[in-house]
Amino acid sequence: MNLTLKIWRQKDAKSKGKFVTYKMADVSPEMSFLEMLDALNKKLVESGGDPVAFEHDCREGICGTCGMYINGHPHGPVPAVTTCMLSMRYFSDGDTITVEPWRAKPFPVIRDLIVDRSAMDKIQVAGGYISVNTGAAPDANSILVPKKNAEEAFDAAACIGCGACVAACKNASAMLFVSARISQYALLPQGRLEAKERVRAMVEKMDELGFGNCSNTGACEAECPKQVKLVNIARLNREYYKAY
Amino acid sequence: MVVQIENTRNMEKLNAHIPDGPLALKWTKYKASVKLVNPANKRKIDIIVVGTGVAGAAAASTLGELGYNVKTFSYHDTPRRAHSVASQGGINAAKNYRNDGDSVYRLFIDMIKGGDYRAREANVYRAAEVSNQVIDHFTALGVPFARDYGGTLNTRSFGGVQVSRTFYAKGQTGQQCLLASYASLNRQIKNGTVTMYPYREMLDLVVIDGRARGIIARNMISGEIERHSAHAVVLATGGYGTIFYLSTLAVNSNATAAWKSYKKGAFFANPSFVQIHPTSIPQMNEFQAKLTLMSESLRNDGRIWVPKEKGDKRPPNDIPENERDYYLERRYPAFGNLVPRDIASRAAKERCDAGYGVGPAGLSVYLDFRDALAKQGKKAIEEKYGNLFDMYKTITGTDPYTEPMRIYPAGHYTMGGLWVDYELMTTIPGLYAIGEANFADHGANRLGASSLMQIAADGYFILPVTINNYLAGQIKVPSIPVEGREFDEAEKSVKERLEKLVSIGGKQSATSFHKRLGKIMWDYCGMSRNEKGLLKALDLVKNLREEFWKDLRVPGSLKELNQELEKAARIADFLELADLLIADALFRKESCGAHFREEYQTADGETLRNDAEYTCVAAWEYAGEGKAPILHREELKFEEVEMKVRSYK
Repeated sequence: MNLTLKIWRQKDAKSKGKFVTYKMADVSPEMSFLEMLDALNKKLVESGGDPVAFEHDCREGICGTCGMYINGHPHGPVPAVTTCMLSMRYFSDGDTITVEPWRAKPFPVIRDLIVDRSAMDKIQVAGGYISVNTGAAPDANSILVPKKNAEEAFDAAACIGCGACVAACKNASAMLFVSARISQYALLPQGRLEAKERVRAMVEKMDELGFGNCSNTGACEAECPKQVKLVNIARLNREYYKAY
Repeated sequence: MVVQIENTRNMEKLNAHIPDGPLALKWTKYKASVKLVNPANKRKIDIIVVGTGVAGAAAASTLGELGYNVKTFSYHDTPRRAHSVASQGGINAAKNYRNDGDSVYRLFIDMIKGGDYRAREANVYRAAEVSNQVIDHFTALGVPFARDYGGTLNTRSFGGVQVSRTFYAKGQTGQQCLLASYASLNRQIKNGTVTMYPYREMLDLVVIDGRARGIIARNMISGEIERHSAHAVVLATGGYGTIFYLSTLAVNSNATAAWKSYKKGAFFANPSFVQIHPTSIPQMNEFQAKLTLMSESLRNDGRIWVPKEKGDKRPPNDIPENERDYYLERRYPAFGNLVPRDIASRAAKERCDAGYGVGPAGLSVYLDFRDALAKQGKKAIEEKYGNLFDMYKTITGTDPYTEPMRIYPAGHYTMGGLWVDYELMTTIPGLYAIGEANFADHGANRLGASSLMQIAADGYFILPVTINNYLAGQIKVPSIPVEGREFDEAEKSVKERLEKLVSIGGKQSATSFHKRLGKIMWDYCGMSRNEKGLLKALDLVKNLREEFWKDLRVPGSLKELNQELEKAARIADFLELADLLIADALFRKESCGAHFREEYQTADGETLRNDAEYTCVAAWEYAGEGKAPILHREELKFEEVEMKVRSYK
């Protein structure tokens, strides 16, 4: 199929960005969205142009490195997939596709479609852990966890830290991202001991870094490629309330 | 570089520093006698850890907990992206929670046998021994492992073994283990014992007076070349399976840190031992960037088959039971679909080469869940493999709940890597290699779910003990300055190489060279190898390397974010490493584990080892530009295990 791409190009955080239009011919429906961009970049490099910068790594939807706004949706219009897993068979011949970086104040653009997501690490550093030194753990089966709790904790922990929730939120809120970690630990006995300190520290850091409040619109849940649920935000609020 | 195998010299025996005493007591005795560094002195010692996957993050956090000053480096924006994240099926431990006859000793035997008797007994036993602590630690760190209704941990079976010892978190075990290691790393970053340098790629090792003292790294955002010094350097930089271009690895995985260290004097061991994973989704288009793995755990419930009739084009569900050839069950009745990976891969290739393959190009086989779905119900299958089934459907558009998956082997894991002794130290004093970056524990073939086990064992429980033995001798050495001659020279050579890459001004992209290199390696140095093909590959690689340095195009400059430059620098190293892989495959005139030399096979197509001549590690030393590498043999002694023909029949 033949496509028209409108891609955001921006040299660095200080420069002004703009959309640049590219024509792509003979795109196979079996390509992934990133493979289509690879093909564009090959063409650009071999014709003396400047390739589009975007981040990616595992190409199987688990590392959370890739992410871009495609036709107004983080990771594109198909639910529950990352950009690398978005198949071109969801597009049609003649389509115009608009591609932008994540847009959020705490995520400044580094170049083209790459944004600085270090703010997410800072929140994790503030308290996203259980304080156990290597060597101090008891036998694994001495910590019993109800099957249901383990499964719910897993569903929260499936968050890949891509930032789509922040990009989707009109308040640029990181509540879904933060609540995924809070929930994982809140549901496990190992995590209960530090629950209060953890939730205070992570929420405080989140606010400090300029992420907005939860808008209660649920855009984050709708756009999350790993289907992390809104119920985690409710749990975060409850944990936060209990911490004071 | 011309490789002259016949000129290799057996210079000296490598000393692996394996402790004396009975196998089961070696690690205990070692720990009791290893030198220690007192807490006040630890604060004065700097350690660099390159790579922040499970091994690197585990090592950095544990060293931080001990009180050392740790600096970690990753080419990602955050440690949580490392490719440990993609390990799917699980992590082994000899807990015997199932009461099915498992033990440390049995895990040790399974790994030695699975590795086709080409791994060190003492290292493998230690990995098995430490496996239980690894599960305890990950559980304490909050990994949401699968549980039974009583709240205890659940396990499942994996290829090459007859017990159920694999702990798992759906098909995302690696992700959960990485996030746990990332969390323990974050705790140390907060405590100030670890400083994290994201977006940094190590481009050279700095060796001063024969000791590893630092690295040269490129800041991938600003392009600045940085110098970092330390008393010791730990490489946790993963494997080099992306030399095949298409592999199950992340696209950015590369050999550069290990390769530069090799060129600075670290020996490279068994580089040709590359595991080809039997169950990946076949290639679908020419621009494909990677092959997605479907976890081996699927072989617990999925049955592998091809039609009995050559070139049968009927849809799989239309092929009746008696016209299906469940070839693994037929050839290996004792293990059936759960034979080790190397055997399953070769068996699939054999059927496809013989014309029985399915799919558009005839290059795939079926992995069918029909019987398991009928017996266990959709819910049970969904619980075990839901995310893998979804992933398959997302990529292929086919629903594995109603139609069999199509799978084919793909390059996956490198058992080869930097040579290390029992202490995980390379041949350069002060340089350590852990995780997939070293060669030590998997011999010629790795068993499923022992990768997470080994990388976590190395990072959490082994390196943080053994490194003290070296650092105890470093307590009087003040912080290493970054101004010396060795740093100057290393930085200069890094800059010159990068400048050369951007100034070639040719026409072809770095990736186009990578694809061609991958095809050469896959065709001649992949699942099956022969002398003629390997010699041809040497020529082809040489020509490709020359073309690369004449016709590459890297746009942009050094002093900016430049992804084409990053790729080109990695591919330049792959083009050199390729020679060493081929040289090693040529040297080893036997078939063992994943290394299959067509000249050495039994009448029914199984591997034919030559224990008399090749019960050894082949450790290669860099001899200089354009010179043949020097071979050192580490003879392997099997004192505990009797070497047998590996049989899964």
